[in-house]
Amino acid sequence: MTGPEQLTDFVPFRRLTAVQRAAVARSGRTVDYAAGRRLFDEGQDAVGCWLICSGQVALSTAVPGRGQVVVQTLGPGEVLGWSWLVPPHHWHFTATALGPVSTIELDTARLRALADDEPALGYPLALGMFEVVLNRLQNSRARLLDLYGNPRER
Amino acid sequence: MVPLPYRVIRRHLETRDSVSLDLEPVARRVAPFRPGQFTMLYARGVGEIAVSVSGDSSRADGIITQTIRDVGAVSRALHSSMPGQLVGLRGPFGTGWGIESAQGRQLVVVAGGVGLAPLRPVLLEAIRRHESHSRIVLIAGARSPSEFLFTDELDIWAAMPDVEVVLTVDQPADDWTGGVGFVTEPLSRLELAAGMTTAFICGPEPMMRFSATVLLGKGMAAQDIRISLERNMKCGVGLCGHCQLGPLLVCRDGPVVDFAVAGPLLAVREL
Amino acid sequence: MPVILTRPELNELVSVLIRNGYRVIGPTLRDSEIVLDELVSGDQLPSGWGVDSGPGRYRLHRRSDAAVFGHSAGSQSWKQFLHPSRQQLWSMNGSRFDAAPVPPVRYAFLGVRPCDLAAISKLGAVLGGGQHRDGRFAGRSNGLLVIAAGCTEPGGVCFCASMGTGPAPGPGYDLALTERIDDSGHRFLVDVASEEGNRIINSLSHRPAAGFEVADARAAVSEAARRMGRQMPITDIRKLLQQSRESAVWDAVADRCLTCGNCTMVCPTCFCTTTEDLTDLTGEQVERSERWASCFETDFSYLHGGSVRTSGASRYRQWITHKLGTWHDQFGSSGCVGCGRCIAWCPVGIDITEEITALSVQRDRTETDVDVLGALSGDLDGAR
Repeated sequence: MTGPEQLTDFVPFRRLTAVQRAAVARSGRTVDYAAGRRLFDEGQDAVGCWLICSGQVALSTAVPGRGQVVVQTLGPGEVLGWSWLVPPHHWHFTATALGPVSTIELDTARLRALADDEPALGYPLALGMFEVVLNRLQNSRARLLDLYGNPRER
Repeated sequence: MVPLPYRVIRRHLETRDSVSLDLEPVARRVAPFRPGQFTMLYARGVGEIAVSVSGDSSRADGIITQTIRDVGAVSRALHSSMPGQLVGLRGPFGTGWGIESAQGRQLVVVAGGVGLAPLRPVLLEAIRRHESHSRIVLIAGARSPSEFLFTDELDIWAAMPDVEVVLTVDQPADDWTGGVGFVTEPLSRLELAAGMTTAFICGPEPMMRFSATVLLGKGMAAQDIRISLERNMKCGVGLCGHCQLGPLLVCRDGPVVDFAVAGPLLAVREL
Repeated sequence: MPVILTRPELNELVSVLIRNGYRVIGPTLRDSEIVLDELVSGDQLPSGWGVDSGPGRYRLHRRSDAAVFGHSAGSQSWKQFLHPSRQQLWSMNGSRFDAAPVPPVRYAFLGVRPCDLAAISKLGAVLGGGQHRDGRFAGRSNGLLVIAAGCTEPGGVCFCASMGTGPAPGPGYDLALTERIDDSGHRFLVDVASEEGNRIINSLSHRPAAGFEVADARAAVSEAARRMGRQMPITDIRKLLQQSRESAVWDAVADRCLTCGNCTMVCPTCFCTTTEDLTDLTGEQVERSERWASCFETDFSYLHGGSVRTSGASRYRQWITHKLGTWHDQFGSSGCVGCGRCIAWCPVGIDITEEITALSVQRDRTETDVDVLGALSGDLDGAR
């Protein structure tokens, strides 16, 4: 069973009340993955969301001639899987455990129903997810700056 | 301020555009350097640039290591210097990381690209004084897996019990089991004791700003975050006026400056 | 005790200095300007010439008397002798670096305005007061004899009084002259402040000054302080500039400023330099030299493939902020002496006293805006 206190390690749940967090915790269960295990594949229906407690997960896509190219790694405290929340509800990338990974897997169908029934829970949850996405976007923009590039090549 | 002649005795290729040169004094040697300081390195007939010392400050033989990235005319000339070649050296100048004032504290070192070079001396010093620092964390970012400096040493440090090394790259990578993401991402995930930690950050200016912001968000005081500034330098000794950043002369009041002082200055466009 | 020199005795002073091994530098008339040059005789002093100066304007005019120090704001200052616009630093010969020698010289500067006297002192603080000293500047300043000339007629662009540097000469002179021309004739009151100054005076004919002559000279100088054509606003300028980094004034001045750098060339305290490397065709002879630089140069702040300060606004802000603001942080005083040269020699007539005033007004306006918006609930138009 997932304890509600564990959820405060993760940004999307910090705005919820203790009662709301307890409700969310009821849709979660601990799942561990061995190194090399795929959590989900690009193109599959997006069901589920994983809160990473320990270990590293790689998001990748297949590039002909380059194999699986990792576009992002996620670590403890981060939320893996956002595409369950908005259409087209398909995974954009493949997620693979880089080493042993311990996660809290959330039943996103149940979570969606909870959020739809209770906007007072759904709204702060959505804001929390927005914060996660915003952080990721800012970091991705920083990567786009190519700050470590050689000025000669600009 | 006349340079002293130094001879290249070793040239080690670090990445596709960076080398580390070991320099030996021909006759007189410069004063011992403190981690974080820089020298003015002269390439015969081309010019002089400021380069942070990247070597071991505890060396008694007078040999200085400098890591050069080929980004311009002078650095290209220095970068292509072969063993036996002469360069001119003035220094060491500027402020150091000042690890002495972080006695007993945990250290978080954040390096971006070639910013790892000015940090290497303080990492070596911290490891030597490991009984003073219960925790040493190095988060190093690079463009891609092949662009990390000092790869042998990174492996050695990663294997040490008191040292945590996290590597991360900006560009999507194949054949890499390290992190992929901007250096602020593993930094955000770091759990640290804000009041007991001192941070040293070096790399491109936006990377230092973003990293300092993350650390401030974790409750660290701006005074406990030190960054290494860079500005155009001609003399390196406070006489030519080029290296100003507001009230600071980076060659004299820097390059290491704490973020309480540097942060507001870096926030002003074109200062 | 002050003494009196007649006009012929002033010429004698020049000869005595030359005989004592000094290279005498003083004002001369050349190319429609008062130009500092080496004197071989006191006859070279610009007798009866005055200057009309204003923003972007410098014109000589004939005076009705024969005053030799009746001018100001020439395009050069004394810094060109102590901190030359070009000098070789060292050469590389084989595996040796050899410093270029500075030929020994003893200058006597004749007719140093109080503003320029303060400027020499400020240059000394920058080039000689830090952890690393400019040995060449020190060598050229060694044995320098300064004969100041107090001001009795403020020039058209002068504001030394509000900068605290004039019109009476501050410390640092060996001799200070105050030129007086009236019915009693053409004479100079001489204040003696050093042993060497005393020794030089005693080598030529002179007479003690009478009490009324001293009083007259002092009065003429303090009168001048009341007749300045412009002044810096009375405020903490360092703090004002610190608070004005994002002021709208910078874009306004950038519309006019050509970033030509004239101001930095004529300013007696601007000290920035850059280095140049020279090789001969064989590559055997390698030299490094230094030349004046200006923070207005587009590559002054060059770093990693581009410059930090590219816009004209940022470069103008850098210059004036350094001169009147951060100079305090770096060197312990203001960098401006109120000579007004930057105003006269600016092709578009930018006046730094006006710009500082504009910054002060803008700062007050911004602070008032905040109060107004807080106090009123409605009308935003009027407040901006």
